[in-house]
Amino acid sequence: MSLNKIFRNTLLVFFASILLSACAVKTTGKMQGDVYTGKDTVEYLASGVPDRVFFATNETVLTTASRETLRKQASWLRKNSKINVVLEGHADERGTREYNLALGERRANAAKDYLMTYGISGNRISVISYGKERPVDSGSNPLAWSKNRRSVTVKAN
Amino acid sequence: MKRIVFLIYICLFTFNWGKAWSLIEVDITRGNLNPLPLAVSPLSVDQNSKEKFKDLLKLEDIGAEISKVVENNLRQSGLFNPLDPKAFLQKPDIAHVKPRFEDWALIKAQALITGEVKIVDEKLRVEFRLWDVLAGKEIMALAFTTVSENWRRVGHIITDKVYQRLTGEKGYFDTRIIYVAEEGLKTSRIKKLAIMDQDGFNTKYLTLGNELVLTPRFNPTNQMVTYLSYFKNLPRVYLLDIETGIQEVVGDFPGMTFAPRFSPDGKKIIMSFAKDGNSDIYTMDLESREVEKITNHPSIDTSPSYSPDGKYICFNSDRSGYQQIYVMRSDGSKVKRISFGNGLYGTPVWSPRGDLIAFTKLHKGKFYIGVMRTDGTGERLLTENYYQEAPSWSPNGRVLIFYRETKSDSAGKGFSAKLWSIDLTGYNERMVKTETDASDPSWSSLLTD
Repeated sequence: MSLNKIFRNTLLVFFASILLSACAVKTTGKMQGDVYTGKDTVEYLASGVPDRVFFATNETVLTTASRETLRKQASWLRKNSKINVVLEGHADERGTREYNLALGERRANAAKDYLMTYGISGNRISVISYGKERPVDSGSNPLAWSKNRRSVTVKAN
Repeated sequence: MKRIVFLIYICLFTFNWGKAWSLIEVDITRGNLNPLPLAVSPLSVDQNSKEKFKDLLKLEDIGAEISKVVENNLRQSGLFNPLDPKAFLQKPDIAHVKPRFEDWALIKAQALITGEVKIVDEKLRVEFRLWDVLAGKEIMALAFTTVSENWRRVGHIITDKVYQRLTGEKGYFDTRIIYVAEEGLKTSRIKKLAIMDQDGFNTKYLTLGNELVLTPRFNPTNQMVTYLSYFKNLPRVYLLDIETGIQEVVGDFPGMTFAPRFSPDGKKIIMSFAKDGNSDIYTMDLESREVEKITNHPSIDTSPSYSPDGKYICFNSDRSGYQQIYVMRSDGSKVKRISFGNGLYGTPVWSPRGDLIAFTKLHKGKFYIGVMRTDGTGERLLTENYYQEAPSWSPNGRVLIFYRETKSDSAGKGFSAKLWSIDLTGYNERMVKTETDASDPSWSSLLTD
């Protein structure tokens, strides 16, 4: 390997590490990255079973915390087999209305799919998207937006 | 309910309005920073007609009122500068017969509109003339007869004729806007379908606000509207007959349908259908009820809009990872991405002229309304703001209407949603007057063409 090449590779690693550190997830108060981690708006389906999960901007991927919440919901649903639920998917106000309707639907379905992998029948779960129509926090700031990017599990009966 | 018929008899009583005589011309292809000064002389009314219209319409002076409609339209267009009637030297009735051009030239008017209103068989008869002041010539003369309640529309039709004569392009004044009227808290907003004249008058509410309604759009004849309603908490695309008030769900989809628009021939509705986290574009033929799937991709495909010839569809997809604009043939083949600039692109709408696509762009926390050619070249951003989206074209393809929202605090203080319009040139940005907060505007075609 030529010296030149070694030099170039070192440089690449150096820049990559700078990039990575810039991307490192920031935890600021009630957000990790831009996913809401606070409890302000959260309600409970039963003791210890939060009703909602939160998403990053433009994302529909479930975070570790979201999956934990949904596992709790799944075990609560298994214990209460007569209860059906509606998953309400929402987006923040920083997107076009029509795209956000689709995004909310995708978020609610991400939660639905996860509940189903924990044995909850799809027949017990319906999904509705509100897009950006029903924010919980009216604020025009990143924290408010993070609270609004959510899928909320609501008892249907 | 009986269909509202607007009886408008247009009769040409002079024929000397060919292009050859035209001396004054307004260039609308560039931003116009020197609007053409012109005088809209109040239409003259004889005493008998005046009294009768006063009884019928509760208007003190119908001639002056119609002139005000014309004057306001011309001013809002940004291309004309209607002069203050207080400066007019000649009486309306005399000016209409034989204008003293020196008097009008003195106040710097380059064009003059005069007219006369009469009651004939309980109907409103309006005659108007357009004069070239510098050439000292009549360049257009027209007369209309209509039911008297349509008096504002007479003003709009006169404006359309004047606009067309002086710019060489069709006007957009005898048109309506359908939109969503909003009130209440941001977290539980009440939304109703509303319709109004292009200048903000004659607002009517088409739904009561019991359920959330979004994104209304006219069909080509302006008699039907397609929109999204959350009736019974099932978000579905609906079809509403404006005159009868009859509403129906479009198709029988086992999930949310949204983002509807009519095809240019009015025979189909194109929309998105979301199922299991995936939104694709479908059409439904309104007569045969036949449903056709147009896109088939695991991404979000939404906001479809046809080209005016019906051969192509532009739409919004995140198949590249982020929201971008794509064009395909109307059968769903030959999908091609056309937006490649920085940022996210949404809400593409094909211009009625066919040459441009208007869109919303989100870049570095700002929202833009812009236009690009249908192959994606020539992107031009017209306006930047904290939040704005959903442009809709005027029927002549010269003006865009969209909505804009302001920032608010956590209690919702500071929030407003308003309609705005801007010329294709990027000039003449104006707030469009509405009775309530408003969003999702859609422009009708010309009501009389």
